[in-house]
Amino acid sequence: MGVFSGLGEKLKHVFDKLANRGKLDEYEIKQAMREIRIALLEADVNYNVVKDFIAKISERAKGEEITKSVTPGQQVIKIVNDELTDLMGAKNSKLEVSSKPPTIIMMCGLQGAGKTTMCGKLAALLKKQGKKPLLVACDIYRPAAINQLQVVGKNAGAEVFERGTQKPVKTAEQAVKHALSNGFDTVIIDTAGRLHINDDLMRELEDIKKALKPTEILLTVDAMTGQDAVTVATVFNERLDITGVILTKLDGDTRGGAALSIRAVTGKPIKFCGTGEKITDLEPFYPDRMAGRILGMGDVVSLVEKAQEAMDDEMMRKMEKRVRDATFTLDDFLIQFESLKKMGGIGEVMQMLPGMSKYNINDKAIDEKRIERFKAIINSMTPKEREHPEIVKSSRRRRISLGSGTSIQEVNQLLKQFEQTRDLMKKMKNNKGKLPF
Amino acid sequence: MGFFAKIKDALKKTKDAIVYKLNKLFTGGVLNDDFYDELEMILLSADIGSETTDNILSELKKAVDKKHITSTEQVRTELKRIMCETLDFELPEETYPLVILVAGVNGVGKTTSIGKLAYNYKKSGKSVTIVAADTFRAAAADQLTIWADRAGVRIVKQAEGADAASVVYDALQSAKSKGTQVTIIDTAGRLHNKVNLMEELKKIDRIITREFPEAMRLNYIVLDATTGQNALSQVDLFNEAIDIDGIILTKLDGTAKGGVVLGIAGEEEVPVVYIGLGEGIDDLEKFNASDFVSAIVDGE
Repeated sequence: MGVFSGLGEKLKHVFDKLANRGKLDEYEIKQAMREIRIALLEADVNYNVVKDFIAKISERAKGEEITKSVTPGQQVIKIVNDELTDLMGAKNSKLEVSSKPPTIIMMCGLQGAGKTTMCGKLAALLKKQGKKPLLVACDIYRPAAINQLQVVGKNAGAEVFERGTQKPVKTAEQAVKHALSNGFDTVIIDTAGRLHINDDLMRELEDIKKALKPTEILLTVDAMTGQDAVTVATVFNERLDITGVILTKLDGDTRGGAALSIRAVTGKPIKFCGTGEKITDLEPFYPDRMAGRILGMGDVVSLVEKAQEAMDDEMMRKMEKRVRDATFTLDDFLIQFESLKKMGGIGEVMQMLPGMSKYNINDKAIDEKRIERFKAIINSMTPKEREHPEIVKSSRRRRISLGSGTSIQEVNQLLKQFEQTRDLMKKMKNNKGKLPF
Repeated sequence: MGFFAKIKDALKKTKDAIVYKLNKLFTGGVLNDDFYDELEMILLSADIGSETTDNILSELKKAVDKKHITSTEQVRTELKRIMCETLDFELPEETYPLVILVAGVNGVGKTTSIGKLAYNYKKSGKSVTIVAADTFRAAAADQLTIWADRAGVRIVKQAEGADAASVVYDALQSAKSKGTQVTIIDTAGRLHNKVNLMEELKKIDRIITREFPEAMRLNYIVLDATTGQNALSQVDLFNEAIDIDGIILTKLDGTAKGGVVLGIAGEEEVPVVYIGLGEGIDDLEKFNASDFVSAIVDGE
């Protein structure tokens, strides 16, 4: 991200000069609030939302006792994090199912928010849950939008209903009839992207709503949206009374403050997040994780969960023990690389680590290709060498580089990186596994 | 409708609130802290970003002190001057053959902008080819083909899933042999933090340099005016990958102000070249700093 650095570090700076004492005083709170305000603004939280939020936090921070075990900075972050999480809703919500089939989901949003892609992802998710979704092409304006939905539908394995460029309301109505007579239990309506100030097109959405009475009306919003998110969400909500929000493109490096703004002005839950180009890249929304992300503190919970998915329990326990005993070997290193890949690549993982968001994840040091080469290098080693990397001296290094098709420099780099990792693990062990804020 | 009228029209209907605030601010009052607080809020809500806003305001205060400015109306003029200076760049004169590579994250309006751009060049009498190097997104080439028809220009494309670099290679060979003056390349939307996709873009960039060294090169990034501070990161990383020459700022016909380009101009020194004001084929206009600033600050 370059331009941003974690709020955690900034706050640490504010409180660095202080020893732990009984209460936060007004001056310190003011300094801390300044940093929080900047962090929220840089994360694209709406100015007015920030103002209200800061007022609320300051009030709460004033009387707060500092517990012995944490620093004042951590204490303030905890308050901020709690309030943020609270503001974003207690937990993620699921899709509503209509008691009278079919369940109708209507998608809406600005151009380029990612509606069509999201329709495909929802269809794939529903199919996985054993449902039978029907995709309906109601974007009659954008060139080739119907073709796009057809391709997306094919990827999701869902049927696409289209009637060319006839009036979207009519197409939608016919689609529901088609769904009823052909046993589809869910109808997903892809509407055209539109500006919230385009009255004609907004009325078209109102017409579809009136005709179909959808179970869900989901506003799709690009997670990178700036201050204007508030205006957009307010207008869509006022005209359609949306039932929820889907945030897209969260796999970018945006802090996603729009999530907070939208939630604050509409009060509607954020239901899902789009996190990649693949049809399965759809995740439920977790307010607590989003709070951490907005504050630039990483998404530790997601990371842990992903790690758990990628590594089975047995492997985890073994790895943990090895870390504990400092008998971590190159074999473990290899397993780590492989699980990293399963976790969606190193870029995605780095993004979730606290304090890492400030590093440029385009950095060559974590280039995926390089990791492939590292794997090749380890694969060219004997079991003994993997157990005891210290025996890998110059002639072994030459052999390994030849065997793996890499250069000696790369072999050296790998061994050095391994050493550093092992040192880091030792440090973490001494730190009782606590991550430095 | 001319540029001025159009931007005025597009920006006016949406900027009433901000204009009202600014007018209230500039016509009354004294230059106290409240005044600057209010000013700060206005800049921040235009997505100008906290750092750039701080910079603008401190420069403004300096100028106000130095020039002994006392009236709010003069402050308005000063503010516009400062904003304009940041955004004003001297653009190189275009020569032909010209190859324009258009990149950006997903959903910003690359394909639409290319359709408009092709139409502009065609209208000024140039021979134009557009290249469908977005081989990833479903139906992207179909969408571009429709734009090519509208603009009345030639399109080079291959099947979906083809190698983007090879599409570009083919297109350049044909542009050379046909003597095409302007070649515009549409690329797949990619998030700037995806290393592999950025590598693919670098490869396309290298191929153009290698295969068509005699052509003038322009690399544009398309930014959605609705985007917040993440646009800085986008320009930063795209610029690092392929040396961006300019920005096409789209969707300015909404209520977003696109103020993030001020921060970009300051930090990355990348100029805004075009602005997109709608979905019509002639809704692309050359960027003009003073009109842009004036449209935000004065609403006219």
